[in-house]
Amino acid sequence: MSVIQNARRGRRRRGEQPVVPRAEFRSYYGRPVIKKPSWEATDIAGYFFLGGLAGAGSVLAAGAHLTGRTTTATALKVSSLTAVSLSAAALVHDLGKPSRFANMLRVFKPTSPMSMGSWLLGAYGPAAGVAAASAVTGRLPRLGGVATGAAALLGPAVATYTGVLAADTAVPAWHGAHRELPYLFAASATAAASGMALVAGPTGENLPARCAAGLAAVADTAMEKAAERRLGMVAETWKEGRAGTLLRTARALTIGGAVAAALFGDRRPVAVTSGLALLAASACTRFGVFAAGVASAEDPKYTVVPQRERLEERTSEGTS
Amino acid sequence: MSEERVGFFTDTSVCIGCKACEVACKEWNAVPEDGLSLTAMSYDNTQALGASTWRHVAFIEQPRPDGRTRLPVVEGGSTAQETPVGGDGELRWLMSSDVCKHCTHAACLDVCPTGSLFRTEFGTVVVQEDICNGCGYCVPACPYGVIEQRPHDGRAFKCTMCYDRLGAGQEPACAKACPTESIQFGPLDELRERAALRVDQLHEAGVPEARLYGHDPDDGVGGDGAFFLLLDEPEVYGLPPDPVVTTRDLPAMWKHAGAAALSLLGGVAACFVATAGRGRR
Repeated sequence: MSVIQNARRGRRRRGEQPVVPRAEFRSYYGRPVIKKPSWEATDIAGYFFLGGLAGAGSVLAAGAHLTGRTTTATALKVSSLTAVSLSAAALVHDLGKPSRFANMLRVFKPTSPMSMGSWLLGAYGPAAGVAAASAVTGRLPRLGGVATGAAALLGPAVATYTGVLAADTAVPAWHGAHRELPYLFAASATAAASGMALVAGPTGENLPARCAAGLAAVADTAMEKAAERRLGMVAETWKEGRAGTLLRTARALTIGGAVAAALFGDRRPVAVTSGLALLAASACTRFGVFAAGVASAEDPKYTVVPQRERLEERTSEGTS
Repeated sequence: MSEERVGFFTDTSVCIGCKACEVACKEWNAVPEDGLSLTAMSYDNTQALGASTWRHVAFIEQPRPDGRTRLPVVEGGSTAQETPVGGDGELRWLMSSDVCKHCTHAACLDVCPTGSLFRTEFGTVVVQEDICNGCGYCVPACPYGVIEQRPHDGRAFKCTMCYDRLGAGQEPACAKACPTESIQFGPLDELRERAALRVDQLHEAGVPEARLYGHDPDDGVGGDGAFFLLLDEPEVYGLPPDPVVTTRDLPAMWKHAGAAALSLLGGVAACFVATAGRGRR
């Protein structure tokens, strides 16, 4: 490649031997092509975590409710209500002015995951609220049961639509993994909710949560690997820097927490510790994916190189 | 669309980097000042499009391709863009006025949860300031990095293609101010024909690197309402080489989200079934 002043080589990082040669690419003074999301990580990655905890928690709560695990059911209903309330607060906070939230319900727009999410939260929030209120006060058990069921049906959507919310952008590390993100978020949400069940529920009731934790850990690890394979060179953003640290921590906590919960979750201290590990793991996954997205938007390499490869593939198909 | 779709054709081969478009845009649209800094990026201190920069002139200094000494735009004369300075290792200067592309399939418009972003009767994409609630979703959705939230305000702003002027039958301020007709405004179909002719003309004149960008209705965004004639690869100008509207994959994403939600429900239910009657005191 000729020496071109505005060309920039992919940066080499210390102590790392690239398997494939670092991609050569050109850019405008190394400036990003797309704008990175301006969202605060605490608000939006925090919301991804809390929404998952709430949504999957409602499913576990309904299971516990149906199988007579009353203490766990009530604890999870309260945790889901708390998490979804904090979610709403985080979302409103991110808008800057709370009064602006009203415009979110101005239209119903399937092409906007954020619009769909607002309506979804509008339906899920009250259901989670009624379920929790009824469980805590013991009043209106029938209505409480219906609300528990409604929250359990809407909860999985609350937990997974955020994967679409992130993927439906030009951010390479998110859009490139648009097939995997909803499953990863579902697994991470299940890990968080089973963690909450382990922390808040008595050990006598926690066998389903221990099972769910194991299942979530397997799915979480598998989906993260699948996403990294799919992303190709953009997977660097999932493995390096702040995102890499967070996602590695998440993996260790998920596997450690799930194994400990599955094997020794009948002991109270182990149940609490592994539950906290799973909750922390889920938070690390969301903040890690968020950080990877920001990193992939900040470096023009991750926008230009995959698009250039796509173009060249198309050109060679056209000529051959 | 009740009116004919209009657009911009920016012919960068005749851009002289005067930035009159930037100034005219700021003046007409009363776009606030957004910082004064020296970037050392040639003559570009504007840096990029953003909430308060709706036209941005890029300056690129690079070696002249194939030892060519001048760009024969005007027969027998040098052009403003490439004045021969003599000798080998000459540099050429690329200048290009960037703007919102007013995509046929606009991701910003698709993902906007309030309906603030809308398609006008002219086929352009405009933000309604009184509806925008500052969610910021359009910002990472744009494959060109055009739209942005204004600091301390939070709402998103971008080029309106001078919606007010179009309504009055006027051309946008940038096109009006451009002294070399690098920025051409008009019905999109007409501009596309004119652009194709201009590329042929440049190819015949010995400028093989001239190419159109964003003109093709079959590209990833359905063609741009504002397209360009470039003299190098798009990424050299800070443009994405193969932009795709992110919502093209949205139906697939919703399907995966639905399947993921059902897996969650099924997985947890399976755990309750598998552990039924066990481990309870």
